[in-house]
Amino acid sequence: MPFRSPEAYLKEKIQAVQDYSVLSGTAIASLFSSPRYWADIYIQMDSIGVGSMPIIILTGFFTGCVLALQSETALQSFGAVSMTGTLVSLSMVKELGPVLTGLMVSGRNASGIASELGSMKVTEQIDAMRALGTDPIRKLVAPRIVATVIMLFFLTIIADAFGIAGGAMVSITVLGLNATSYLHTSYRGLVHGDIVQGLTKPLFSGFIIATVGCYFGLKTTGGTQGVGRATTQAVVVSSVFIIIVDLLVTRAMIGIFGS
Amino acid sequence: MPTATVTDQSGDAITSHPGPVVAFEDVSIAFDEKVVLKNISFSVERGQTQIILGPAGTGKSVLLKLANGLLCPDSGSIRIFGQEITTMPERGVYKLRSHIGMVFQESALFDSLSVEDNVAYRLHEERVPEDEVHKRVVEALKFVELEAAIAKLPSELSGGMRRRVSIARAIISNPDLILYDSPTAGLDPITSSTIIELVMKQRDVSHTTSLLVTHRLQDAFALATHHYDAATGGMKPLPKDGPNHGIDDSTKFLILNEGSIVFHGTTEELVHSTDPWVKEYLQ
Repeated sequence: MPFRSPEAYLKEKIQAVQDYSVLSGTAIASLFSSPRYWADIYIQMDSIGVGSMPIIILTGFFTGCVLALQSETALQSFGAVSMTGTLVSLSMVKELGPVLTGLMVSGRNASGIASELGSMKVTEQIDAMRALGTDPIRKLVAPRIVATVIMLFFLTIIADAFGIAGGAMVSITVLGLNATSYLHTSYRGLVHGDIVQGLTKPLFSGFIIATVGCYFGLKTTGGTQGVGRATTQAVVVSSVFIIIVDLLVTRAMIGIFGS
Repeated sequence: MPTATVTDQSGDAITSHPGPVVAFEDVSIAFDEKVVLKNISFSVERGQTQIILGPAGTGKSVLLKLANGLLCPDSGSIRIFGQEITTMPERGVYKLRSHIGMVFQESALFDSLSVEDNVAYRLHEERVPEDEVHKRVVEALKFVELEAAIAKLPSELSGGMRRRVSIARAIISNPDLILYDSPTAGLDPITSSTIIELVMKQRDVSHTTSLLVTHRLQDAFALATHHYDAATGGMKPLPKDGPNHGIDDSTKFLILNEGSIVFHGTTEELVHSTDPWVKEYLQ
């Protein structure tokens, strides 16, 4: 790796932040004027949302199962195994559902977006699109942002539901809990603020996945090797951003709802 | 004086611009502190074909991208149809591009779209009714003799066929200016002459102003000394005893070397140039 001066490195990073901000801002602004590419939004919703459902269902379900199993040991020492439902539902709805869904969709779609746009960039298809009078931000970036934000919201609900169902399965079959009691404690454990907190996070995560994927895709240089690099960077950066933003949103929500 | 007619930035009134279709004035651009083009000034009149020659890496493709507003110069002025594009908002440039066709070096076809959808791309964007779109796509593909490939995907086509589809995509909206970026690069001689024949056909049938980048001298001279013969459907040498002594007077040459213009003029001036570098380059 060639040595670069700290000044050049810093300038590069600041430039990247500026470019990312401009791309995100332009994409959002483009949603408020025509032309809008509705067909592309539906195609992306299908690809990102419906396409991600199997992995989200599996991840949510087995996370719920593991949560129930792991919590048994801790709860048993307090004689509170009957509270498993509360623990699973709170963990899934407030934290694990949104974060795991974000990370799974990031792995699947930030990489997909970056590689698709990156391939288009290195084969001059982005330039061709501009030469044909189409704004690539309007046509490629904005629909992906809208589709990812909307679909991640619903995918999180699905992950939460399957997580609670997974917890129920383990609690009933392995821990010997009563189904009604599990569902009752799950329901009773949740308050309005928990749901709001859990469903605010995917809005941010969806935005991060789409914009980071598009940013690295559109910045791709250096042929097929560059596409591979852009894909990796998109997944790494979006995953880290999701975790950081999760912390910030959690803190903000605690400030608003108090717990 | 020839005129170029285009809609203005707002897309309303039609502007009759008396003057060159393309005008570069003192244009310079650098990438990562490497100067690619410096102080480039030239103009292209309506109906002219400007052939841009030069060794590899001298900024020929960059010049073409500047002419289409795909790149912004560091300094200088670029006027297309009389409108300054270096200071024009992006939305205005998109409007202007609807009058410009561009053929990319590697075709740049959308690989997930069929030939029909690739050629029809601009018409779909302009919300042209589907019946008319299909009719015009077939017409454009007939022009490049590729109507049989209408349902194929770009991956199913050869390099020459892809280049022809790219030409069909560029001409479908009857542009006032066509930019060809090395349309024969990487093709075998027979396919190259087919592509040059298509460029010539477009020039002689529609009299479209064009900028053509090439590093193949034989292609450049074929364009300067031949014309499209509608009767035979091929190219034919211009008669030596004709008004221009066998040379197409609408074809001009511009030669770049190391980012600067080393020659700009007619075919005759090029052939009789006394510049030692130009003479060596032509040999």
